[in-house]
Amino acid sequence: MSEPVLSVRNLEVAFPTRRVTLTAVDDVSFDIARGEVLGVVGESGAGKSLTGAAVIGLLEPPGRIVGGEVRLNGRRIDNLPPEEMRKIRGRRIGMVFQDPLTSLNPLYRIGDQIIETIRTHSDISESQARERAIALLQEAGIQGARARIDSYPHEFSGGMRQRVVLALALCAEPDLLIADEPTTALDVSIQAQIIALLKRLCRERGTAVMLITHDMGVIAETADRVAVMYAGRIAEIGPVRDVVQRPHHPYTKGLMGAIPTTVGSATRLVQIPGSMPRLGAIPPGCAFNPRCAQAFARCRLERPEPMPAGQSQAACWLVAEAAAGARA
Amino acid sequence: MLAFAIRRLFEAAFVMVTVAMLAFVLFRFVGDPVNQMVGQDTSLEDRLRLRQELGLDDPIVVQFARFLGNAARFDFGISYQMKQPVTAIIVERAPATFELALAAALFSILLGIPIGVYTGIHRDSWLSKIFMTVSLLGVSLPTFLIGILLIYVFAVTLGVLPSFGRGEVVRIGFWRTGFLTVSGLKALILPAITLGLFQMTLITRLVRSEMLEVLRTDYIKFARARGLTDRAINFGHALKNTLVPVITVIGLQLGLVIAFSIITETVFQWPGMGLMFIQAVQNADIPVMAGYLLLVAFLFVLINFIVDLVYVRVDPRIRIYGRGA
Amino acid sequence: MNELSPPNRVIPPTPLGGGVGRAAPRSRLAAFLDSDLLHSFLESKLVVLAALVSVLIVGAAILAPLIAPHNPYDLKSLSLLDSNTPPAWEKGGDPRFLLGTDDQGRDIFSTILYGTRSSLMIGIGAVLLSSILGLSLGLWAGYAGGRVDSVIMRIADVQLTFPAILTALLIDGVLLAVFRSYRIEGNTSFVLVLAIGLSTWVQYARTVRGVTLVERNKEYVEAARLIGLHSFKIMFQHILPNVLGPVLVIATINLALAILTEATLSFLGVGLPPTEPSLGTMIQIGNKYLFSGSWWMVAFPGLTLALLALAVNLLGDWLRDALNPKLR
Repeated sequence: MSEPVLSVRNLEVAFPTRRVTLTAVDDVSFDIARGEVLGVVGESGAGKSLTGAAVIGLLEPPGRIVGGEVRLNGRRIDNLPPEEMRKIRGRRIGMVFQDPLTSLNPLYRIGDQIIETIRTHSDISESQARERAIALLQEAGIQGARARIDSYPHEFSGGMRQRVVLALALCAEPDLLIADEPTTALDVSIQAQIIALLKRLCRERGTAVMLITHDMGVIAETADRVAVMYAGRIAEIGPVRDVVQRPHHPYTKGLMGAIPTTVGSATRLVQIPGSMPRLGAIPPGCAFNPRCAQAFARCRLERPEPMPAGQSQAACWLVAEAAAGARA
Repeated sequence: MLAFAIRRLFEAAFVMVTVAMLAFVLFRFVGDPVNQMVGQDTSLEDRLRLRQELGLDDPIVVQFARFLGNAARFDFGISYQMKQPVTAIIVERAPATFELALAAALFSILLGIPIGVYTGIHRDSWLSKIFMTVSLLGVSLPTFLIGILLIYVFAVTLGVLPSFGRGEVVRIGFWRTGFLTVSGLKALILPAITLGLFQMTLITRLVRSEMLEVLRTDYIKFARARGLTDRAINFGHALKNTLVPVITVIGLQLGLVIAFSIITETVFQWPGMGLMFIQAVQNADIPVMAGYLLLVAFLFVLINFIVDLVYVRVDPRIRIYGRGA
Repeated sequence: MNELSPPNRVIPPTPLGGGVGRAAPRSRLAAFLDSDLLHSFLESKLVVLAALVSVLIVGAAILAPLIAPHNPYDLKSLSLLDSNTPPAWEKGGDPRFLLGTDDQGRDIFSTILYGTRSSLMIGIGAVLLSSILGLSLGLWAGYAGGRVDSVIMRIADVQLTFPAILTALLIDGVLLAVFRSYRIEGNTSFVLVLAIGLSTWVQYARTVRGVTLVERNKEYVEAARLIGLHSFKIMFQHILPNVLGPVLVIATINLALAILTEATLSFLGVGLPPTEPSLGTMIQIGNKYLFSGSWWMVAFPGLTLALLALAVNLLGDWLRDALNPKLR
């Protein structure tokens, strides 16, 4: 088994405020292999975007990494000096954000933005970079790329812009792409196109993908593995098929029950009562315990680590109980 | 766009007419024009004849119309104090004010923008803190105090720069310029700094806050995520986006420059229109006051009009296509 | 079981936040002492210093008749023999005159105290005038709408084409010229209050109008109208309280500007006369003697004015930032 492209171990991201320090990402660990798509799913505020920002080194102060490590192709990157980290961004790790409208500088032509990025990371001439940019845009599905390369962002539609954004993120051929809610701001009809494009481009290049979203549907379509985050922690992580069809963590089960589906008998949508705790008010023990119908004493006292559960891992004492029961 | 321009034109005209009315009231009814113009021992008949000549007994509306007509032809009457046509006086003094304003504007822009950029990028460095302190002084202290301080340091104590006047001027046609002589340039330094300091601090603060806001946008975040160098981000992307709104605001500052030139010219005894106005106020020289009023109003209205048009042209693209965040 | 906990599931109250039954609300004083406003104030030593300096200068000015060793306005007590005396610690100084005397024999220290007092009174007068005028016109324009609104706003727009200081200078100059032409013995203080006050009402009017427009459409105003309450009553009893907050903030910042404007006008020779000088007048007089070595005539008033200006500007800046909802 070759080395994973990305290896995150016990990552902790905290925000020191005047009164107390808030831990937004709490002891998160996962790997992403070459060419693999890992979905990171969870509610708003669960810490998914922050995890992505931490990996690429773009946490906004006062947020900082206070524990754990991030390794890219075996090499540690969370403690690099800024200039080293800059060279990695774009070249080894790419990132796309939610809103294609605001991701592009309105005063620069898109061709110039791509060429600039290419030339920042490799020493090729302007004309060569231009050819590469045109080819890339064509690959991204922009018709008439040769002419449109000199257009401004506002001359493109939303879906086209996101294609340009993808092209920009991938133009320096990174090993890992972090996609933070890439389809949330798009029309439903465009979403599928962009997801398909993302899959294709990354598969062709063997790029690993960390796909952050709150949309389980996108995950089910696109990801190979999925990590479910809750209150800054990983609740469950495993192959997509397993987690979706045979979830082990009560939270995951709740999420799956909440997805409207046209397949199968029409049952009521399950709603998980209560809401995810705010950062400063995370309960002791398992973060989900106040909302969990199956919580018992241990859940309120000890925090569970991800434990083997079928093909996946789930951070739930029920799994430990079941395993102990099975062994007995 | 055209409709907008026409509407602004009407509003501008309205302002001008209002100011003209005020100037007219000033001109005609504050003090008695005849008494102001002639000496003590002019006979009554001569006074009455003068009244007739000036048409001071015609209906008000006619007088106002005449006033407007004269103003349109740049005839503002005769100065009480200097017994010369107001227009001639203004023309004589205008070059001095114009050169001072130009020098001050150059100073404020050439220093203000780089300092603003620097303090925007390096928010917490000690150099930034020094700059911010100086800018705080520049914006808090009244202009005349700054002028006197500069005079004290550079003229009285160090004796390197003159404390009043324009130095030697070279005559080109009706224009008298101080740019072509060393003494002229030396005399320009302190007044230009005094006049431009306030504007410079405003520009610095504006550029800084624009920089800070631009640096928070999504496209800058995306640029960083692509690994662009700090240099490319700060001076390529951020600066370009910062300057666009700043340029339009600079235009609006011109109004303040004209206002503050009155103070600066008084401190440095600079023979420009501002000093002329102050002396007119002190001497109750109504024609000069009225003429200055009309001229300044016209300049303001013109500047505002142009800036509005420029802003509308530049703004929609930014407004619609977002600045991120 | 009250309505906050859901019917079927047991959700135990968590120790940290959430759940029912908090402690009684803290007193307003306690809330204020713990507030971010007070904290940001105390954290910035500079702002605290600025506040202290302001209080010191203003306090001294108010108490001028009590603490000043001489009365500089009493022309009969002045003696030309005392003129141009250096400060007490210099050679040729006189212990009677701590900071020296001006060209008329006035004690600089006393004149500073009395002069600041005059400036303060004029400033307060001007702020009262402009705030009351602006508030009334703004209320009227916002409430009545239509013609009244157009006219008032049109006047405001015309005035706004010019910087406030120019307007103040014009009004001041014109009134003085009028007085001189008709040989009226004018009260300069009154003219200054009028000039400065009339040059700054627009700010209040606009803000108040904005708030009034919002409030006017609210239901309680509708209700009041339906009951048949007179317009004035509605405006003053109901809308006015909402408007006082912003007006107060503007007034505080404008007080500083008013004092500085008065100083500028006095320096230009169209403010307080040499017989009853304010700081600005003193600087103008002293300016003439700068080269001949009598530096104290400019230095001390200048220093006082500078300190006052800096202090109120710092306070104003802090106030603006602290109350700006965008920055919170």
